[in-house]
Amino acid sequence: MNFDKEYFNLGVLDTLSYKNTLVHRLDPRTKVITTFAFIVTVVSFPKYEIAGLIPFLLFPVVIFALGDIPVWFILKKVLVVSVFAVFIGILNPLFDTHIKYHFLTFPVSGGWVSFFSILLKFFLTMCSALLLISTTSFPGICHALRKLGVPEIFISQLLFLYRYIFVLMEETLRMVRAKDLRSFGKKGQGISIFINLVGTLFVKTIERAERIYHAMLSRGFTGTIHFVLKEGFGKKDFVFMSVTGITLFIFRAYDIVGLIGRLAERMFN
Amino acid sequence: MHMSDALLSPAVGATVWAGTLGTIAYCSKKIKENLDEKMIPMMGVIGAFIFAAQMLNFTIPGTGSSGHLGGGMILAILLGPHAAFIVMASVLTIQALFFADGGLLALGCNIWNLGFYPCFIGYPLIYKPIVQKGMSSKKILMASLLAVFVGLQLGAFSVVLETLLSGRSELPFGTFVLLMQPIHLAIGVVEGFITAGVINFVKAARPEILKSITDLRPLSPDIKVKKIVLTFLIIAMITGGIVSWFASSNPDGLEWSIERVYGKTELPEHETGIAMLLKTLQERTAFLPDYTFKKKEDLKEQKTSDSEANAWPNVETGTSVSGILGSVMMVSFIVLIGFGIKIIRKKPIPQREHPV
Repeated sequence: MNFDKEYFNLGVLDTLSYKNTLVHRLDPRTKVITTFAFIVTVVSFPKYEIAGLIPFLLFPVVIFALGDIPVWFILKKVLVVSVFAVFIGILNPLFDTHIKYHFLTFPVSGGWVSFFSILLKFFLTMCSALLLISTTSFPGICHALRKLGVPEIFISQLLFLYRYIFVLMEETLRMVRAKDLRSFGKKGQGISIFINLVGTLFVKTIERAERIYHAMLSRGFTGTIHFVLKEGFGKKDFVFMSVTGITLFIFRAYDIVGLIGRLAERMFN
Repeated sequence: MHMSDALLSPAVGATVWAGTLGTIAYCSKKIKENLDEKMIPMMGVIGAFIFAAQMLNFTIPGTGSSGHLGGGMILAILLGPHAAFIVMASVLTIQALFFADGGLLALGCNIWNLGFYPCFIGYPLIYKPIVQKGMSSKKILMASLLAVFVGLQLGAFSVVLETLLSGRSELPFGTFVLLMQPIHLAIGVVEGFITAGVINFVKAARPEILKSITDLRPLSPDIKVKKIVLTFLIIAMITGGIVSWFASSNPDGLEWSIERVYGKTELPEHETGIAMLLKTLQERTAFLPDYTFKKKEDLKEQKTSDSEANAWPNVETGTSVSGILGSVMMVSFIVLIGFGIKIIRKKPIPQREHPV
């Protein structure tokens, strides 16, 4: 069932983010900033670019290896995520039919070239988002965002939401299980049952929120959430950031793949 | 439908992010001014509720396909637009991180498309006026259907605009609109019914919840239409400025707009577009100029002799062959690096055995 799996995946990512490796020990700000820089660089390539994107595979591979992240788990997630980009991209070959390249005498139309470019970008950007969350704990990311100037209320909202996702998902899981046990075949799949489920869940949620609020008040809550995080921006962060920055620039500015290809061709001839 | 990183250009992504961050800052300010801290845990837990509810599926009558809750409008009705926008933004942020729904650059677009329109257009301009005088369940149904419909149509249209301005997709404007709007009409009807159903359920089961939340919120969401129009105008100007600058500095964007204007026919303008593209391509690939396959002369001849749309042969075969060779080598090199790191790390971390 879909629901169980999503819930399980969330837990796995959370566990992964608390590993202790070189990448995990970096300051969350470093990882948030470099991930954004990476995504913007990848996306900035024009639509017919394929070769220029290939070297960027280096980043996910290095993070996978350094961070000791299970490759198949992340790849599976990338494959099943929302396929909007693929769905829109696959229409490119229909609309853009002029011949762009000849690949060993096979004509390749511009539409296919731009479609593969979209696929590559899709893969790289999805990987980087998932790698960010599997190498950085969620409170760590919130901390980084707060330090980078995101409003306080939004940060508390994120932290609360994250804490109670697991609680409410378990609640929902129990309700769904109870519904499934009472319905057979197609029964109980319709919209009216769904509305009742959601409504009940909402009422339960409000009651829970009130209890939580009282509990927090009695423990001295004044409106802000405090962090206890030991990481600081250190030498390793500086090194990581500058190496990433320089590499991104080189990969963006120079045609590495073409260079290697031409050198190889020369060697073979 | 979630916008995706792969379809965005940096200029469009950054512009929409700026708008989204501005709205988050504005909402945070409003909430701080007007609400007590009780709202903070309330909003958080309700966000988790939306999250959990989105994972519940139901069968859409008559089609057999399944739908789920979007949630923007329910939040706006129950929490008011400012809190609702913050909650929606947080839900989408967590989805972008944990489920890679769309990606991090596109997150700005997704928050905007799914949060802004229900919270600041659908709710204050449509739902509120209809329901203001007496909340009968029929009125709630009508108001929800209309408000959700408008919010979703605007959101879908924004997806089209963002995609087209980015110039990564080949879909013509008309086709894209015809593709997106009807799908979201169907989604909107379902979503509207659910929204009304849940609001009515809460009203029947625990009317004081609906009331207490409304009372908690002295900021009546009477947002001035003028303000909204002004905001839109400013955003449009910023977007236009950045995009036009981007288009003029980037031959790809230029070529794209030329293609849009002249269609697919081989007008001379079109050829200059292609030629320009090739020129920059060549300049870029001239890292070590001695090694390039110099096809410049050939290219010029072809340009004058060949003018059929599908007859631009050997558009730099040199680049494509060496490109493929280089790509293969690069990929194997990267994979080698990956394994190298793995081996060097020597796996000192004890692997946990999962008991079955």
